[in-house]
Amino acid sequence: MKQSTLIWTILMVAGGAYILYQASQGHGRVFVREVPVEAKSSVKGSEQTYEWTKYQVVPAKDKNQKDVRFNLSRTIGLWVAAFCTLAIFSFLYGDNPVYKFTESVFVGVSAGYAMVVAFWSEIIPNLFGKLFPSKAKEIFFLDIEEKSMEPDLWYLVPLVMSVLLLLRLSPKGSWLARWPLAFFIGATAGIRLISYLEADFVGQIQNTIMPFIVFGADGSWQIVESLKNTIIILGVVSCMVYFFFSIEHEGFVKYVSRLGVWFLMVTFGASFAYTVMGRIALLSGRLEFLFQDWLGIGS
Amino acid sequence: MKRTIPLFISAVTGFVLIGTAFIPKFVDWGNDAMAWFNILAAFAFILGGGNLLKMQLQKISSQQPGWGYAAVTLIAFFITLVAGLFKIGVYPNVNAAQLSWSGDFLQEGSFFWWLYEYIYNPLSATMFALLAFYISSAAFRAFRAKNSEATVLLVIAVIVLLGRTYAGEWLTGGLSDENILGFQEVKYSDFSLPHLSQIIMDVFTTPGMRAITIGIALGVASTSLKVLLGVDRSYLGSDQEA
Repeated sequence: MKQSTLIWTILMVAGGAYILYQASQGHGRVFVREVPVEAKSSVKGSEQTYEWTKYQVVPAKDKNQKDVRFNLSRTIGLWVAAFCTLAIFSFLYGDNPVYKFTESVFVGVSAGYAMVVAFWSEIIPNLFGKLFPSKAKEIFFLDIEEKSMEPDLWYLVPLVMSVLLLLRLSPKGSWLARWPLAFFIGATAGIRLISYLEADFVGQIQNTIMPFIVFGADGSWQIVESLKNTIIILGVVSCMVYFFFSIEHEGFVKYVSRLGVWFLMVTFGASFAYTVMGRIALLSGRLEFLFQDWLGIGS
Repeated sequence: MKRTIPLFISAVTGFVLIGTAFIPKFVDWGNDAMAWFNILAAFAFILGGGNLLKMQLQKISSQQPGWGYAAVTLIAFFITLVAGLFKIGVYPNVNAAQLSWSGDFLQEGSFFWWLYEYIYNPLSATMFALLAFYISSAAFRAFRAKNSEATVLLVIAVIVLLGRTYAGEWLTGGLSDENILGFQEVKYSDFSLPHLSQIIMDVFTTPGMRAITIGIALGVASTSLKVLLGVDRSYLGSDQEA
């Protein structure tokens, strides 16, 4: 056995034993409080009442309270989530079957999740609801006003385009999928053209047009504010000069563009730092989940 | 025909949407086009799911290496789909208790919520968290002060990283509020890492971000015009594909 394999095996056995010990101490269990719900039918004249129970997660220390009980499905979920987290982290040791298994599960669940969200948040309310409003109100209780119960036949257009889009999967009719794709591309281009020019191009230039010399309300010269504005204006201009590739970067232009490079390096450095911090925050979130929520250490 | 109609559709759609920004009378057209766009985007997810199904089934039927994982993907996909589409474990909306389908599909306690909370969420968060190790390792190898620009990048990254964490406060929190050399607007505490980090973000990062944003806006505008005028037809694919 290789030395590294031996070390990892010892570590994993020790980790597994510790997890079992923590589990035997009552950690890794979810307790819920039962909240009874009672709702009456919204149909006029109907007095029927419907009852069900909602569950509210409570801290483990409250497990002996009234109406609080152990919840098996959420406990299994907690252990599944912990397994998934550890399985992904196992990639740090190297590509392995456990990682590949969870990766495959992730792909499948993500695709299914995206489809379900698209179906319930877009297709049902905005397509089915427009074409068959009375049926939609009857089945799904959408917030449809009584006055807009007439079907909007214009929505047959996106329905037809959507069917054409799905033809992309068919070997013969896939060229028809270009039509909805063209609509998609055209709409994106039209929306982006205006929004980017308005918010990013004009907006950023507007924000950069500011005074070099700033005076306070009492007429005094605000040195720090003036310096800030000057740095921002010079920075934006020098960065723009660097991005202007239609002229040779020689002589004066070369020095200005070099200043622009320095500003860009500052931007990239700060952006990198932010990215690292974001990832570290996610990592600490996962470790917090493992140690506190699952193993009950430090909670 | 196979290329002309799509070009016409994209041009008309794009110019109508541009027109809505200038002619208030067209605003309703623009809203309708946006609603259609969202519906098509939703169907694009279904197309994506269908494509995933096709690819994984091909992998399984031809018994390619790792076909077992393709089967796992398909099983996870179908379980999620059934749980979400049939709203398994979802209770009705309290305002419409007689309608069994009226509850929210992501309602707490439902099977779809369980899959989201205990599988999708931990997996996606851990996948991104894993990048922390690789980004640190990449930085360790790439961040060498080889020249002045690389040194600036390194120093700024370190200042911002330290300044935005407890380490910055711990290292430089003790700097006094006294003026430097009697200069009223500058104090020793202005050189603390959190303050320096704030100045970098407010003053020195802004020009770079603005220039990049302006560049992106110009790029998007020119690409959009190329697409709408039919100069860029790459989205139509090749003729062989038809």
